[in-house]
Amino acid sequence: MLHNLGRLVRYRGLIQSLVARELKARYRGSVLGFFWSFINPLLLLLVYSVVFKYFLKRAPDDLPPYEVFLFCGLLPWTWFSSSLLEASGSLISGGNLIKKVLFPAEVLPIVTVLANMVHFFLGLPILLLFILYNRMPLHFSELAWFPVVVLVQLVLTLGFALLLSALTVHFRDLRDILSNLVTFWFFATPIIYRYTDDLGLMQWLNLNPFTHIAITYQEILYFPGPVGHGFWLLVLGAIAIALFLFGYFVFDRLRDTFAEEV
Amino acid sequence: MNAITLSHVTKIYQRYSRRRQFATLKSALLSGSLIRDLRPDDTFAAVRDVSLTVPKGRTLGVIGRNGSGKSTLLKLVAGITKPSDGHLSVEGRISALIELGAGFHPEISGRENVFINGIMLGLTKKEIARRFDEIVEFAEMREFIDAPVKNYSSGMYMRLGFAVAIHVDPDVLLVDEVLAVGDEGFTHKCLDKFAEFKRRGKTILLVTHSLGLVERFCDEALWMDGGTMKAMGDPKRVVGAYITDVKASEEEQLAASDARAQESAATISPDDPASAVLPDNPIETATGPADMFRATEGRWGSREIEITDVALIGPDGERAHVFHSGERLDLRLRLRAPVAITDFVVGVGIFNAEGVCCYGTNTDIEELKGERILGDAEAVFSIESLDLVEGTYKLDVAVHKADGYPYDYHRLLHTFRVKSRTKDVGIYRPRHAWQFSDSMTFTRAADR
Repeated sequence: MLHNLGRLVRYRGLIQSLVARELKARYRGSVLGFFWSFINPLLLLLVYSVVFKYFLKRAPDDLPPYEVFLFCGLLPWTWFSSSLLEASGSLISGGNLIKKVLFPAEVLPIVTVLANMVHFFLGLPILLLFILYNRMPLHFSELAWFPVVVLVQLVLTLGFALLLSALTVHFRDLRDILSNLVTFWFFATPIIYRYTDDLGLMQWLNLNPFTHIAITYQEILYFPGPVGHGFWLLVLGAIAIALFLFGYFVFDRLRDTFAEEV
Repeated sequence: MNAITLSHVTKIYQRYSRRRQFATLKSALLSGSLIRDLRPDDTFAAVRDVSLTVPKGRTLGVIGRNGSGKSTLLKLVAGITKPSDGHLSVEGRISALIELGAGFHPEISGRENVFINGIMLGLTKKEIARRFDEIVEFAEMREFIDAPVKNYSSGMYMRLGFAVAIHVDPDVLLVDEVLAVGDEGFTHKCLDKFAEFKRRGKTILLVTHSLGLVERFCDEALWMDGGTMKAMGDPKRVVGAYITDVKASEEEQLAASDARAQESAATISPDDPASAVLPDNPIETATGPADMFRATEGRWGSREIEITDVALIGPDGERAHVFHSGERLDLRLRLRAPVAITDFVVGVGIFNAEGVCCYGTNTDIEELKGERILGDAEAVFSIESLDLVEGTYKLDVAVHKADGYPYDYHRLLHTFRVKSRTKDVGIYRPRHAWQFSDSMTFTRAADR
C-alpha cells in the first residue's frame, strides 16, 4: 500500500494534465465557457439568499450581510459535495481506462477532487469582492489559517472520494444513497444558519466533520476576532489523514477487482 | 533473455450474483466483513495453468476460437488484470493495443488528446512533443488534429489511437486484433511498423484471427483452447493443427444439426391424424408442396418405400459433413420396401444456402426405369469430383412414383459444407486452368 502511495507522486504529470482536461472539457461548447466557474457559485448564492431572506424570512438578523456569511460556507461546500458525487461515479465512468489501459485507478477520484478544488479557487475572488464591497476587515493572522483549512478539507475530501469510488464499483446503490445523503448533510452543517446551541444540537453538529471546516472559513473570512476553532481544525486534520489512509487502504485492496467489475 | 515469462498462470473470473451483492452491502456494513464477502460463489477459469516464455525480440501469435482466453492472456501480460494464481513477469516498457483511443475525451481536440493519451501510456510531455508530428503524420490526420475528437469518424479515432500507442516506443508490444482499423493502406502501414519493431529487437504478442498473418509474421504461434494452451511452436504447424480442429468441430456441429432436422421431420408420421392439417401431408397433397422450389425443410410421403438412412461418405470411406472442393463424395441411401413395388424413381437435389438448386437429377430423368424393389436396398449416388465453391449446401433425397406420388421425400434435411482454399464465387466451379502468353507474367500471392 505504501509503495502504491509513493507511486502517486510519479503520476503527478498525469494528474495535472487530466485535471486540465477536465476543466477544459467541462465548459467546452457553452457560450459563456469558463465564466461558468464564476457564475455558478453566484447563482447558487442568489437562490439561497432569495429563499432565506424573502421566502422564508429566516435570515438571521445578527448576521448582516447574510450573503457573505452564506457564501463563506457555500463555496467550500460546493467543492466538497460535487467532489464526492463525481468521485463516487468516477471509476465507473472511467471504466474504459481501467479495463483497457494499464492505468492507476486512484488517479480518477483524485482528479475529480482536484478539478473541483480549482473551481473553488476560481470562486474565491468573487467572495473577496463581496467582502471588500461590504468593507469587512481581513486580518493577516486570520488569513494564515486559510491554507490550513483548505489542506484539511482537501485531505478529508480525498479520503471520502477514494473510499466512495472504490465501494461504488461494487455497490452501485451508493450513488443514489449519496446524492440524498449529501442534501441532508448540507442542512446538517452550519452553512445557512449560525453555529450556536440554540437548538440544543451542538454535540450532533460537532460530530459532522464539515461543521468544523465551515466554521473555520466563517471565522477567517466573516467573523471579526481571532480564529477560535483552530484546535478543532487540527484534530479534524488528524482524522482526515486517518480517513485518507483508510480510504486508500480499501481502494488498494479492491483495486484488482475494478477491471472486472466496472 | 526472456521478455515475457508466465508460469502456471491462472485467471479465474467471478460471477457475482445480484442477490448476494445486495446482502453484501448490508452485512458488510454490519459486520465489517467487506473484503471477505466480495469473494464470489461462482467462478470460471478464463485462463488455466498457462506457462510460457517469449524470448526478447520474438513475435508470438496467439490464435484460438472466441472465448478461448486469448484476450485475457493479453490483459494479464499487460498488467490490466492480475493472475489469480501463478507468476508472471514482463521485462521493459509495455504498450498494449487493446482498445485504441480508450482514454480519448470526446470534447477536446485531437492534439490535446494525443498529449493526455501519451502521458497515460507512460510518456512525458517532452517526449510527446518530440514525436507529435510523427504521430499526426502516421495517423494521416494533419487537417483534423485540432477538431474535437467527438467529430472524428471511427476510423480516424482508431488511427489516432493506434498512432499514439505505437509511438510510445515500447519494449513489449501487445496487439489485440486491431489491424482491422483502417483501409488497406493503413493496415500495410501498421504491418510495416510491426516489421520495424521486429527489426529493432522488440517483443510482440499478437492476438489475431488472421491465420495468414500469424504464418507470415510470427516466429512462434500459441493456440489457446478453452483457457488452456493447446499447442505452441512453429506457426505453420500450429495454424495447420488449428484449422484441422476447426474443421472437425464444424463437422460435429453439422452432424448435430442434421440429426436435429431429421428427428423433427421424423416426428411427423404419415399415419398421425394430427399431421393431416399440415400442408406437406401426403394425403392432402400426394405430390408434396405445390412449389417444389420454395418448400422449407421437411419430410413427407406414403412410406411404401422408406429411406431409412442417408449417409455422405468422404474419400476415406468414412461418413463426413465437410468436404473440400474437388473431392469425391458418395451419397448412400438405404431403402426399405415392405412389399414389392414396381413404379419407383430415386432422386437427388443439391441446394446452396440461398436455396438455389445447384443440381438435381433422378433415375427417371436419366432414363432408368424402376423394375422392382423389395426388402432392404441400397443406392449410391457418386460424385467423382465435388466441383462446388465454398459454402453450406443442403440435400433433397426422395423416392417417388414416376408421376411424382411420393413414397418418402426428404426435403433439405441433410447438410454438408464445402471448403476451399480458393475464394472464388458463384455456385459451380468448372475444372479450369489459366494460360498466358509470355508477355504477361504473374507471381503467386503467397510468395510475395
